[in-house]
Amino acid sequence: MALRRVEGITKRFGGLVANYRISFAVRPGEIVGLIGPNGAGKSTLFDVITGHYRPEAGDITFENHPLVGRRPDQVSRLGIGRTFQKLRPFHAMTVLENVTVAAMQHEVNPTAARREALRYLEFVELADKRDSFARHLSTGQRKRLELARAMATRPRLLLLDEVTGGVDQRTIPTLVQLIGRLREQGLTLVVIEHNMRVIMSIADRIVALHLGEVIADGPPSEVVKDRRLIEAYLGEAFTRASPER
Amino acid sequence: MRSPLKLAAGLLALGALLAFPLVFTLPFPRHVMIMIFLYAMLAQAWNILAGYCGQISLGHAVFFGAGAYTSTVLQMIWGLNQWVGLLAGVVLAVALSQVIGYPCFRLRGHYFAIATIAIGEIVQTLAINWDFIGGARGLTLPFQKDSLSAFQFHTSKYPYYYSVLGLLTLCLLVSWRIERTRLGYYLRAIREDSEAAASVGIPVARYKLIAMAVSAAFVAAGGTFYAQYVLYLDPDSVLPLSLSILVCVLGVVGGTGTLWGPLVGAALLIPLSEFTRIQFGGTGRAADLVIYGALLTGVAVFQPAGLVGIFTRWRGADGAPQG
Repeated sequence: MALRRVEGITKRFGGLVANYRISFAVRPGEIVGLIGPNGAGKSTLFDVITGHYRPEAGDITFENHPLVGRRPDQVSRLGIGRTFQKLRPFHAMTVLENVTVAAMQHEVNPTAARREALRYLEFVELADKRDSFARHLSTGQRKRLELARAMATRPRLLLLDEVTGGVDQRTIPTLVQLIGRLREQGLTLVVIEHNMRVIMSIADRIVALHLGEVIADGPPSEVVKDRRLIEAYLGEAFTRASPER
Repeated sequence: MRSPLKLAAGLLALGALLAFPLVFTLPFPRHVMIMIFLYAMLAQAWNILAGYCGQISLGHAVFFGAGAYTSTVLQMIWGLNQWVGLLAGVVLAVALSQVIGYPCFRLRGHYFAIATIAIGEIVQTLAINWDFIGGARGLTLPFQKDSLSAFQFHTSKYPYYYSVLGLLTLCLLVSWRIERTRLGYYLRAIREDSEAAASVGIPVARYKLIAMAVSAAFVAAGGTFYAQYVLYLDPDSVLPLSLSILVCVLGVVGGTGTLWGPLVGAALLIPLSEFTRIQFGGTGRAADLVIYGALLTGVAVFQPAGLVGIFTRWRGADGAPQG
């Protein structure tokens, strides 16, 4: 049974079609990679799923709850967490406060919420920065902070937008390990990622978008051979260099 | 060690404030202190919405006027007790805050501020042309004997002093409590980034309305106090844009989003205003505004966190509540 189903989602901005009849399903415990060139409509799709944009057509269901028409906070309370492509920590709040705010969705008592937040900070190895302001963190640390903040809402489905984007090469393995540990916890993940080596190694399935449409959907080993994806995004060089999974 | 010291300092300050009218028996110093407390309370109430939640309102005079006019009109027309009038004013201001906030919170940043200015001007114009509430001539409250039930004191200012000190203390206690509860965390998250706040499950519009309601309630109570203190009100004195801007300036100079900032701002700027008024008479009205402008510019350039920011930096603290 699918945890989440996206059916025929269409989102337009004036004359620009950002998403066109996008359909796919995500099964519980699965990691789905969402790939495609810049402007393919990946982040817009996240915004549609999480209620930031309302689609012109199509349906989204999560554990039998229709999502279209719900506000972002309602979507979050249903059990869907997210991170943002352009990082959006609460800059003038400390690292601990950033995560505590999210933990308060389920825990009203500030002391208990702080305790819970600290556990998530330990999970992303950011507990030592608990009293720093979010604005003083590096990009990689902010990525981990956003991850901890999203996790503190206790989601069953987590949407991660460009996990390794903008971070240095040394930080990437840490973030990949974190995603692996999220999977071990039974979370279902949809991950937007441009680093093909990363996404091919962590995803159970790949959904590829191009110009707002799904052009490939399947296991990574099959998707990399898709002609349309190679022409639109991967390029011949990647296919030749890509090792078998 | 730090907490007992802070408690001792706090008790000492409270003791000094309680003893002030006993030491300074002349009307003027008492009046200056009453004005400091009143405007500190108004600025702190504004700070709940603007400082913690980031919604810069420049129309808070509407709630001040609602409090002042409601208690006065109820008293003059139906003979209702001032304390009942105070509660009615608070209820009306809260209702108004929701009617204003619901559409205006769809606007962001400067647009919200501009909308509140427009609403403030509309309400003032309506009041000027509404004869039922005295129009441009205003209303003079009926003179009553000194009593707490009538909330009028003519022989001494000290009952007003303690009343407004109590109101300010209540406002500070509510703010202190807000800072340490989920409401405070949510308001600060909304101030930082409303979309990110929504993504962690915060119903942004609802919490903005809650902040506006709490803020409006205290400002309306201040309006009733003002009417009972001055015993005369007109649209120019309780609904002007300059009042909305003044509470904003006090908050900004002292430090927005902090517990003590508005009080520090009021303690610095209100005496300045009173002394220039005494020094220059009617023409002195602009002198304090010139100094306000210079101070505001200085704060914006050198100390954007407000004067309270100097203390938090000096202490090496981040200013975040750790309750």
